[in-house]
Amino acid sequence: MIGHLLAQVAPSDLPPLVLPKVAYSAILPEIIVVVGALLVLAGSSLARRKGPAGIWALLTVLISMLAGASSYRLWTRITDHGPFHAVADAVVVDGFSIFIFFVILTAVILAALVADPYLRRENLDGPEFYVLMMLCASGGMLMAAANDLIVLFLGLEILSISLYVLAGFHSRRAESREAAMKYFVLGAFSSALFLYGVALVYGATGSTQLPEIAAFVANNVVVNNGVLLAGLVLLLVGLGFKVAAVPFHTWTPDVYQGAPSPVTGFMAAAAKAAGFAGLLRVFFSTFTLLRLDWQPLVWVLAVLTLVVGSVLALVQTDIKRMLAYSSISHAGYVLIGLQAGSSNGVAGSLFYLFTYTFMVLGSFAIITLIGRKGDGNHDLDAYRGLSTRRPALALAFTVFLLAQTGVPFTTGLWAKFYVISAAVEAHSYALALIAMLAAVVSAFFYLRVVVLMYTRDEGESDAQALPRIRVPVTVGAALVVTVGFTILVGILPSSLMTFARHATLFL
Amino acid sequence: MSFPLLTAIVLLPVIGAAVVALIPSNRDETIRAVGLVASIGTAVLAVFLTINFKTGDGGFQFVTDHVWIRQFGVSWKLGVDGISLFLVLLTAGLFPLALMGPKVHHDRKSYLAWMLVLEAGCLGSFLALDVLVFFLFFELTIIPMYFIIGGWGYDNRVYASIKFVLYTLFGSAFLLVAMLALVFLHQSHSADHELTFDLVKLAATKGIAESTLRWIFLGFAAAFAVKVPLFPLHTWLPDAHTEAPTAGSVILAGVLLKLGTYGLVRFGLYLFPKAAIDLAPLLLTLAVIGITYGAIVAAVQKDLKRLVAYSSVAHLGFIILGVFAFTTQGLSGGVLQMVNHGLSTGALFLLVGMIYERRHTRQISELGGLQKPAPVLAGVFMVVMLSSIGLPGLNGFVGEFLILLGTFLTHRWWAVVATTGVILAAVYLLWAYQRVFHGEPTGDNATMTDMTWAERAVMAPLVVAIVFLGVYPKPVLDRINPSVSQLMTHVHERTETRPPTVAVGTDAP
Repeated sequence: MIGHLLAQVAPSDLPPLVLPKVAYSAILPEIIVVVGALLVLAGSSLARRKGPAGIWALLTVLISMLAGASSYRLWTRITDHGPFHAVADAVVVDGFSIFIFFVILTAVILAALVADPYLRRENLDGPEFYVLMMLCASGGMLMAAANDLIVLFLGLEILSISLYVLAGFHSRRAESREAAMKYFVLGAFSSALFLYGVALVYGATGSTQLPEIAAFVANNVVVNNGVLLAGLVLLLVGLGFKVAAVPFHTWTPDVYQGAPSPVTGFMAAAAKAAGFAGLLRVFFSTFTLLRLDWQPLVWVLAVLTLVVGSVLALVQTDIKRMLAYSSISHAGYVLIGLQAGSSNGVAGSLFYLFTYTFMVLGSFAIITLIGRKGDGNHDLDAYRGLSTRRPALALAFTVFLLAQTGVPFTTGLWAKFYVISAAVEAHSYALALIAMLAAVVSAFFYLRVVVLMYTRDEGESDAQALPRIRVPVTVGAALVVTVGFTILVGILPSSLMTFARHATLFL
Repeated sequence: MSFPLLTAIVLLPVIGAAVVALIPSNRDETIRAVGLVASIGTAVLAVFLTINFKTGDGGFQFVTDHVWIRQFGVSWKLGVDGISLFLVLLTAGLFPLALMGPKVHHDRKSYLAWMLVLEAGCLGSFLALDVLVFFLFFELTIIPMYFIIGGWGYDNRVYASIKFVLYTLFGSAFLLVAMLALVFLHQSHSADHELTFDLVKLAATKGIAESTLRWIFLGFAAAFAVKVPLFPLHTWLPDAHTEAPTAGSVILAGVLLKLGTYGLVRFGLYLFPKAAIDLAPLLLTLAVIGITYGAIVAAVQKDLKRLVAYSSVAHLGFIILGVFAFTTQGLSGGVLQMVNHGLSTGALFLLVGMIYERRHTRQISELGGLQKPAPVLAGVFMVVMLSSIGLPGLNGFVGEFLILLGTFLTHRWWAVVATTGVILAAVYLLWAYQRVFHGEPTGDNATMTDMTWAERAVMAPLVVAIVFLGVYPKPVLDRINPSVSQLMTHVHERTETRPPTVAVGTDAP
């Protein structure tokens, strides 16, 4: 009907506006998350009295699980009938997008478990946090499923705007507000660059749809493709900002440090996954034929990210800042998978993102607890002698730190092994070697924290005067899941590798 | 044989470590008991393995092979041959002694757990026949050693442990990349394009350019040279050995350094025979420099433990010399000397630890005349020291003699220079012995107590092994030799070189 009305007012020489047929089943996971978030918001404002404690976290976990279940149904549909496009080719449903869905939904569930006691501790409890997190997740999922640069941009904005608010959620802390402000200013700037990149690519190829762009590149020999390459670079910058690749990383330490600890963990896992989903989709899948143009750029980006991330982490004295730099260096490893430009490389990147989600959210679960009320106790000294006060927490944190170092029989080793083997397979020996050497540097700062935890407390530190840290049930559950995953998949990584490999089949 | 003996040998310490980690830390006696049961159980399994090992068979025995990660062709493949058999026995034997001997002053639980993980890492490295499995265990040894040095070491432990970790991880960085390069090259050069990390299959690859293989060999060699350690990559060793707690030094010198030399034999020679022969002069020269330099530096040390540490640099040089001589005598001697060095240096570190426990100093100048108050300690020290010098009748002699013999056949001048190392070893060790044990004891030295019965029980097996190997090494060499000749045949076939012929009994014209 709208089409009909529009046709009446529009000049007759324009084709009538056709509204696409929406295959709701194809975008069910996104719909569940968005509608779930909105229902939670509406329900909470309609409810007469405050719900029982933990209700919002519980609802978030249930909604995410429901979305996960519907993602799984799509996965079986893809394995039976192959990937497909939907909603006028705006989104693509393939193994790759479903894999990223799982990463993001896992991040939501774990972050919700960690955030619930945190929010109550900081007197911030309410549905808004969870609603924002779910909206953010829906943005990330949209990015993963985008088949059109405009849809990718939409997803990016939904993700980013929710994250800006989440970063400033602890509004009584100046650091949190500062983080939100910095993230917003720089993020808006990078979004603008991304959009400009979209415009340039559109100008060069005449389409924003990824398959059509790919077809244009395949069918035309463009002698002067400066506009297209400039667009490509801008897309790389815009997405590189989201994944915190050097030199677009400058916001990361401040924002990671200032944002509420559970948000930082969520940001490191989900935002990174979504950003890489966009990068891999655009560069690996769409601009495959231009790979000789973008591979050197990504090479430089990966080397810078690895080296700067691990070297600057060495000198940090704040655990959140240290993990911010470490997350930058992890982004470098994921970039190696992209640089390889092979489906093994992409599978390696996906494997890396999945395992990193567990490591980083587990780490931030512990940081949230050690941060104590006020979320300000993040000096490395707070971890001195943790093993005598809370041996189980110290052990769990040791597992996460060793896994991030890449110690054998943890997921971290296989993640590094996967991307580095892809680099070697693609004959990028120098990059593989630089990555391994960066891992040596990073071993230094991870192990330093472990040693600190197992150093005996000399008795006069403040930590002993403070009350004993309690581990809430939900955080305990999150820790059991993350530690268990990190070790079990570390011993038997084969199935997750198969999953990642299948996810790249039709890319 | 259906019982997976080798898997059990690797997993028993891991299970022990897990159990130790789960026991509450106030139940000290239970923790100690579990740790000892796990390590002694492993030693029993290793003895059982040695007894059932078929003499005269040079191939891999007790092979277990299960697919682990199909995507990458990684399999849980373990096996033992004459080269690794005695290293496994040495490892499994040294660990219970290292756990029983020196006292642990705090936090026994974490200490035992890390030691058992370390034992699993060492055993897994010696038994792995899949290069990736080897790499995993090789890496696995680094972390526990780091915590043992950093957690239970002496004053400068933090510096020493970080230096140790950075050096060895630096080496493994090259190892992983080289390993992956080899595996992917194998995939493109093999008939069925199979991606595999199987050592035997990789060794059978043909057609990869020698210049490429040389680079890959250098990648492997870099990792192992740091571990050995070969001059000039040895600077982490004196610090790590000196600052490590006694048991840490014993294991570091006795077992961990052997990972480097073993890696060079198992992977360097076996996978890259041509590259190894081409680069042998370089490695031999570095080995000879290590022998003389290590000995000279050891002679001027003021710290007894540091002296023993530098003697390791010299002794490991001998092993490298034997390995890269490319003769069966040299290689057999090298393999035997790995075991010998583990026994004698392990024992020396235990003894130095005992002296430190009593005197709280390792400075040679502050010690003196210890023979009077502690005759048994002095006697044991004498035997072990003479074995380290290479006195005929003790184990060190057999190994060094074979090495020098084998090297003389192919690389005469290197052998000649290396012989000075034997003399220098006598100089620094005898001199140290003289200063520490002879003379009139003064001050605290006069009241030092002798070895306790428990300490004697720890030292006894080591002394017995030292004498036995010196007097009657035949059963050991009989098991080492078939594998060594098989490896040398492989090397000579692949490089189309001929083993050196020795004119035996023919009259010169």
